[in-house]
Amino acid sequence: MRIDGKGLIDRSAPRGFSFDGVGYQGFAGDTLASALLANGVRLVGRSFKYHRPRGILTAGSEEPNALVTTGQGADRTPNVRATMQELFEGLQAESQNRFPSLAFDLLGVNDLLSPFFGAGFYYKTFMWPAAFWEKLYEPAIRRAAGLGALSGQHDTATHEKAFAYCDLLVIGAGPAGLMAALTAARAGAEVILADEDARLGGRLLSETQLIDGRPATAWVAEVAAELAQLGVRVMPRTTVTSVHDGGSFGMLERVGLHVARAPADLPRECFWRVTARQAVLAAGAQERLVAFPMNDRPGVMQAGAVRTYLNRYGVAAGKRVAVFGNNDSAHQTACDLIDAGIEVAALIDSRPGTVLSELDIPVYAGAQVIDTAGRRGLTGVSVATASGTVRLEADCLAVSGGWNPAVHLTCHHNGRPVWDEAIAAFVPAPAGSPGSVPDLIPCGAATGKFTTAACLQDGQRAATEALERLGLTAGPADLPATADGTYAIAPLWAVPGKGRAWLDMANDVTTKDVKLAAQEGFRSVEHMKRYTTQGMAPDQGRLSNMGALAVLADATGRGIPDTGTTTYRPPFTPVSIAAMGAGGRAEGFAPQRFTTSHRASVERGAPMIEAGLWYRPSYFPRPGETSWRQACDREVVTVRSTVGTCDVSTLGKIDIQGRDAGRFLDLVYTNTFSTLPVGRARYGLMLREDGLVMDDGTTARLAEDHWLMTTTTAAAGEVMRHLDFVAQAFCKGWDVRFVSVTEAFAQFAVAGPLARELLDGLLDAPVDLPFMGCGPVALGGIEARLFRISFSGEHAYELAVPARYGEALWRELVTRAEALGGCAYGMEALNVLRIEKGFITHAEIHGRTTAFDIGLQGMMSPKKDFIGKAAAARPGLIGETRQQLVGLRPIEPGPLLTAGAHLFAPEAAPVREHDLGYVTSVCHSPTLGTALGLGFLANGRARHGEIIRLLDRLRDVDVLCEVTHPVAYDPEGARARG
Amino acid sequence: MANLYARSPAEGLVPLAIGTLTLDERLPGRITSVAPYEGQEAATEQALQALGLGWPAPGTGLAGAVAACLWTGRGQAFLTGIAPEGLAGLAALTDQSDAWTVLTLTGPDARAALARLTPLDLRPAAFPEGAAQRSLLGHMSAILRHCGPDSFEVWVFRSMAATAVHELSVVMRSLAARAALT
Amino acid sequence: MRIDCPLCGPRDIREFYYKGAADYLDRPAEDAGPEAWDAHLHLRANPEGPLDELWYHTAGCTSWLVVTRDTKTHVISAVRAVDAGETP
Repeated sequence: MRIDGKGLIDRSAPRGFSFDGVGYQGFAGDTLASALLANGVRLVGRSFKYHRPRGILTAGSEEPNALVTTGQGADRTPNVRATMQELFEGLQAESQNRFPSLAFDLLGVNDLLSPFFGAGFYYKTFMWPAAFWEKLYEPAIRRAAGLGALSGQHDTATHEKAFAYCDLLVIGAGPAGLMAALTAARAGAEVILADEDARLGGRLLSETQLIDGRPATAWVAEVAAELAQLGVRVMPRTTVTSVHDGGSFGMLERVGLHVARAPADLPRECFWRVTARQAVLAAGAQERLVAFPMNDRPGVMQAGAVRTYLNRYGVAAGKRVAVFGNNDSAHQTACDLIDAGIEVAALIDSRPGTVLSELDIPVYAGAQVIDTAGRRGLTGVSVATASGTVRLEADCLAVSGGWNPAVHLTCHHNGRPVWDEAIAAFVPAPAGSPGSVPDLIPCGAATGKFTTAACLQDGQRAATEALERLGLTAGPADLPATADGTYAIAPLWAVPGKGRAWLDMANDVTTKDVKLAAQEGFRSVEHMKRYTTQGMAPDQGRLSNMGALAVLADATGRGIPDTGTTTYRPPFTPVSIAAMGAGGRAEGFAPQRFTTSHRASVERGAPMIEAGLWYRPSYFPRPGETSWRQACDREVVTVRSTVGTCDVSTLGKIDIQGRDAGRFLDLVYTNTFSTLPVGRARYGLMLREDGLVMDDGTTARLAEDHWLMTTTTAAAGEVMRHLDFVAQAFCKGWDVRFVSVTEAFAQFAVAGPLARELLDGLLDAPVDLPFMGCGPVALGGIEARLFRISFSGEHAYELAVPARYGEALWRELVTRAEALGGCAYGMEALNVLRIEKGFITHAEIHGRTTAFDIGLQGMMSPKKDFIGKAAAARPGLIGETRQQLVGLRPIEPGPLLTAGAHLFAPEAAPVREHDLGYVTSVCHSPTLGTALGLGFLANGRARHGEIIRLLDRLRDVDVLCEVTHPVAYDPEGARARG
Repeated sequence: MANLYARSPAEGLVPLAIGTLTLDERLPGRITSVAPYEGQEAATEQALQALGLGWPAPGTGLAGAVAACLWTGRGQAFLTGIAPEGLAGLAALTDQSDAWTVLTLTGPDARAALARLTPLDLRPAAFPEGAAQRSLLGHMSAILRHCGPDSFEVWVFRSMAATAVHELSVVMRSLAARAALT
Repeated sequence: MRIDCPLCGPRDIREFYYKGAADYLDRPAEDAGPEAWDAHLHLRANPEGPLDELWYHTAGCTSWLVVTRDTKTHVISAVRAVDAGETP
């Protein structure tokens, strides 16, 4: 029900919206919750476990009940708190966790079965048979107990991530936060002011209090204007969700969730990573409930929320409201309602002897609500008074069990709050306590100062402290005038009596569940939490943790401070994965690295395969070819018979210079490079310090003090990091400098018997290079480098040009190759060519193999130290127990082999203890007309010629293979040298 | 004999104009990485001074009319726009002319756009005009340079030009959509 | 988490790569024997308190750093380049 003349909504801007398909109207400035209440909608959801009818309980982000699904189709968002969802024209919302409808929910039967569904019910009941859990119990439970569902479609909305820096981050824009931001900005600090609400003002928006003799909103507007003028970055709709190390914070900004027909490019949310030298926590406080029997009916509400709906939204939460509390703030609710002309059924104050003079309503001091009535919404309450039980008619019960300072962020470094008896609540631990957050200064209601005057003053105090630490000076104090109030409380956590008394509305946990947990030995608050699931719902128990631990403290006979709190973990409010992973889908998932030949390869219809971040062509299909195998086989045969060309630019290239470069290479490679003549290249093997192989590649000596190292595509980054480590840690004073030139050159392999013929037609001068030679060449005057190296086993070259010419050179090479009967070849053919030759890749040097394992122990120079030398010689890393690289070939032609298959002796049972090794690489060799494999086999080098069983249970492959030398084709290497 | 044509790294990807921002490619000409040899730091600096530049302090760049010298890391600077004359023997010189994509992002929202992609502190005091820092652009290693009022250079590896333009265009569109809200 | 790189200034953790304890800097002689090498490669103190760690400024200046970090509080008390001598 809307109250004339009240509220901060814009009555000139009506907003149509729907809830469960029914059309309603609210106003700009409403939340979905305030608009629903204004329209008399009280039942908004069903509870998680018992499917009990639930209504709006709060007016903020701690709301456990009013979770709805907004939007349609792919644009559907579940579990939106109606109390945080700003109303916009056309908003569509649906209730959750009900079937078939909200008013008539079949699973409400769970409520009747509640005696069986107490704490630990699932643990006890569904323990066995074990197989039933996955197949039967869990799906059924998930259907029955739950929240909103995802659409099952790709989310079409965009999200965003961003970074920000400031001198001072002020968290919360209530009186304390505003005063802190103003004080700091006036002193010249760079300030970010963040508040989760759409409007600045915090609690001031919900109260009728005057500041400087005017409505508080006038003061807020004035401050906002000055902050803008001072350059303060004011961020409404922004919740600080987490505190990390070194002054860094996570914040979630709602950017496009309050907008009708949001444009596609507008992010829904932005996840901010803020780094602040100082921070002021002015996050306010949250009102708690009292656990009295049947306290979960729609119409039961925080007393403070009732004031918010009245004063901020001009909405009466009920026609006849009863107020129940244990502290002074409940009285304010009664006063505000009376002032607005709303009938107040009674004020029930649990404190005995409370005197309330001016109120012209029934006042019950020392009384408690012991029961409620109303199936789908509150109709009445029963009150135990000194003179007996009184039944009152009421459709709304405003409850205040006191206020909890929002200490959460002060505890994100595992700090614990301390108990303050005066306000019966936890407050932030003093600065410097174990786990306290350095440079985070709490103030205002977040520290238990519950009056506006105290908050204003404390905000200024906090900012002054922060400014001192920033080396700035606060100006003279300039506090606005406001009437000071009082706050007195007598703790009341639970009211005994018949019927369930809810603590955690979101997860349906009652006082009885907590007592049962204590009785069954779950006495630690952390154990109680996990046994009952209290505090484990999306609201993380923000409304219920305090009450639950108080009930536990009582049940275990300990005090609240001794019982302690559970750990406060980030985030403060739920953060969507979409926001944290913003941008990380499709081409935003990871950087895409394209070679210079990419466009030309795609034009030829080559499917691309990802190699790390790189995209490389798999094969180059020709008309008439119907499978990748046909293309691959043709490309292999072509390279072996005429000539092929392949883009190898993705290999890491490192330019190394300096007088000590040779000495440095001797240290990082197992073999010796300092003796290599200028104009020659050598294959090198690099170990990790633990003796396992890190990488391999060829390194060429371009000039006396100038070298070019190549790495594999996969390990380029790791090798660079390793070289930097070795140089900086062990080579101080050495004259060696290196830099990556991977991206500077486009490099192409030209391989096959006609490779030299092709290049002779292309280069400015005929090719004259010995095997493993290298040197400068020119193409039409363009300087290039030519290396006579081979990864195919054929007479082959690699030609490197400045990358700008890469595309042109690639097209030229393919054209010239085709003119000679050759072709372009892709990754598939490249892989077959190297398997036929027994050349290793990271399939073989996968981080668990040694030089000995791959048969390259001869490359470990005994004449010098090198990285990994001592460790590689350890017993256990050499010898016949090691699994050694071998070739594998099926004894009968036909079957294909699979990588990942395991090797067994044919006569042995194929079980783990008989496992002799595994397969790393396989191919069909068109050259040899058979399947080939490479793998590691125990004592493999001594077993050439033996028969071994290759078994792959996953892909149902069981083949007898002959163990061979890894090099299956041209073992003498005559083709490459010739 | 071949007659090879050249392509620039971001050819066909830019220019883009979205909202208040423009994104274009700059071709800085010759790029030489300069890494002074042991004990040759002062001599290298003198040689660079003879070219009208000097050795840049960490995080900064020195710019002349055509040439510039940008700090790019530990013991390393990029000399751009001119040949590394007088430096041979003093420092390891490596041609990097083709290794980098240089994108120029210009407009009043340039800083806000970059703040969505790099963890670098971009506030004027921390990243003033003339600054050159290595950091990240999304997941990519990058050099960021504040080259003029409202104008920044983003250097990424040549192979990552498409991703860099994609990421920048996403934030440019996002900022334009935010601006249209108010 | 942020690391104050001696060359680049305070930077976000994303720019760094973590290697392990700074023990890797004390490389034994080639012939130091299996025990010394085993200790170098595998034996690590696990203190509750300050620990010298190796971090690489991979997306920055490419310096290898010795970062003294408190394993309990994550507070970083000192950062130096590995080739800049001992931590004072």
